[in-house]
Amino acid sequence: MLLALVLPLSGETVPGLLARPALLGLTLAAALLFAVAGWAGGMRATGLGAAGVLCAAATTLTLLRDTDINGSASVGFWTIVLAAWLGAILCVVELASMRPRNDTSRRTLNLAIPLLFGAVVFYLWEVLVRGFGVPPVILPAPSAAAARFASSLPTLGQDFVQTFIRGVLIGYAIGCSAGLLVAIVAQRYAFLGRGLLPLGNFFSALPLVGVAPIMVMWFGFDWPSKAAVVALVTFFPMLVNTLAGLSASGHMERDLMRSYGADHRQTLTKLYLPAALPFIFNALKINATLALIGAIVAEFFGTPTQGIGFRISTEAGRMAIDMVWAEIALAAIAGMAFYGLVALAERATTFWHPSYRT
Amino acid sequence: MTNSALALSLSRAGSLRQHPLFVRYAPIATIVLALIVIWYIAAVLMNLSLVRDGFEREETPYTVSDLIEGTMSAERPLLPAPHQVINAFVDSVFGYAPTAPRSLVYHSAVTLSATLLGFLLGALLGIGLALMIVHSRVLEKSLLPWIICSQMVPILALAPIFVVVLGAIGLQGLLPKSIISAYLCFFPITIGMVKGFTAPDPMQLDLMRTWSATPRQVLSKLRWPSAVPFLFASLKVAITISLIGAIVAELPTGAEAGIGARLLAGSYYGQTIQIWAALLAAAVLASGLIGLVDLTERGVARQMGTRS
Repeated sequence: MLLALVLPLSGETVPGLLARPALLGLTLAAALLFAVAGWAGGMRATGLGAAGVLCAAATTLTLLRDTDINGSASVGFWTIVLAAWLGAILCVVELASMRPRNDTSRRTLNLAIPLLFGAVVFYLWEVLVRGFGVPPVILPAPSAAAARFASSLPTLGQDFVQTFIRGVLIGYAIGCSAGLLVAIVAQRYAFLGRGLLPLGNFFSALPLVGVAPIMVMWFGFDWPSKAAVVALVTFFPMLVNTLAGLSASGHMERDLMRSYGADHRQTLTKLYLPAALPFIFNALKINATLALIGAIVAEFFGTPTQGIGFRISTEAGRMAIDMVWAEIALAAIAGMAFYGLVALAERATTFWHPSYRT
Repeated sequence: MTNSALALSLSRAGSLRQHPLFVRYAPIATIVLALIVIWYIAAVLMNLSLVRDGFEREETPYTVSDLIEGTMSAERPLLPAPHQVINAFVDSVFGYAPTAPRSLVYHSAVTLSATLLGFLLGALLGIGLALMIVHSRVLEKSLLPWIICSQMVPILALAPIFVVVLGAIGLQGLLPKSIISAYLCFFPITIGMVKGFTAPDPMQLDLMRTWSATPRQVLSKLRWPSAVPFLFASLKVAITISLIGAIVAELPTGAEAGIGARLLAGSYYGQTIQIWAALLAAAVLASGLIGLVDLTERGVARQMGTRS
């Protein structure tokens, strides 16, 4: 760490850090914090180390503002980066080896570790891209993508509505409910079920997104064709999973329903469907990802001039890679939020399932 | 006499109905048949207006049977009839030399090579990640959530970027597609293998410890064998995903060859029959690949002495 003070930051002859008093202070603070952390050990060391990492990271990020260093950083700069990185790794290791007693702190810890890890990855990406001066056509820094994200919110909003609200959600609703209904009918008539299950398995293994050009031909360029692709892609996983779930209830329970004199509808709503819920939610979760992929791929075959897939392919053609990354971030956020909502709904409705009881 | 004969024939019919092959395949055959019939009807209905317009433009008199015949053999139908698809498929598989750009064999081979390379990379990456996660608590805590998050991102969106980036570095052709395939298919393998490596119960692990087995021995003698069933289950999922990845990666990248390029060309020029034939080729590839993994699984299970 202290090595960085004497090593040149870039091609300059004068040791660069000494010329910048504020940064010098930050670096010294980081070094001091690391030293104390190494000496103190235990829980306190993690906190001090994290503070040191923050100081070092702030130093490097501020240094990158300098046009001399940006793109042509040298040994001294990388020493600070290395120190920050090592410190962060040590913090993560330290955190991961902690075993807190009570529930809330364990949950916080389980959230904090991956977040810290992700922050480190993003930091390294930023510093490496800017330090080495990687041309933004190949890989933009995350800050550039974030800036683009913030500056083109209206476009992103339009794309989101076009792809997600219209294409994904409608197709998802149609595909999933159709799969559910067909599965319920197939379960009623064993002959149908025996025929549909292997076929459903076969179809869900096929590259169904390939029907996208046909759907575009049938339903036009706008969202109905995307919804159709999504519906088709989500139908078969739902069918197969629901069929498996409907036969998940035990013999004893079915006999009990029969001894109550329950008719088929009552048995369905009181026994079969609740027992199938974990399977149905499994399909809903699988479909959440599949639906987004299906809609984006369908947009590669033709769209009105908006939509995530359209924007990605055109902006990639125009070499505006930061816009592409902003769209990917949008798709990622939408995908995760969608998945998270389904998972939350699952928690609320299948709280009785063994996997949620502790 | 007649009564007993009737009873005999009835019981024969009954035994035919309970024959395992009948029980297993009759429902499937019925539904496939029903689907084909529906397909034909849909083909007639969807192509009807197209064909009628054609007749009316030429101002030739036509009958209903002319119309139906027209829907079955239209040049660019909205929905080609099944036999047209089969014909086009057979024609483009056997009709040209395997290296000709009009041959589906050629395009399938391009996609297949990208799929297999991506599958190999993905399997290695998946197993490697699973090994690291099982052996290190730090990685389990910090990496696993990100791996799960990575799958909620619509990865296919990355396809054009990968190709642009790798093209700028100087990589072209097979590798970008394979990397997309690998990115898509490593996930089920990682998750399956983490499950498989942690499948041995604590008693067995304790036994290994009493024998003072090194971590490497525990891995090769206990964890690895118990992970094999999980490995094949996830490989089956992964290989189909890998195929999807390869096909989709061919779409935005403007590849000249491959099933995905064939789909794109078909959609640009309105060659519906060509699209359906390419889809059929993809289906054949997918089932062939799954069958291959299945065969390997059986072979390995026999080698390991598993009784099925």
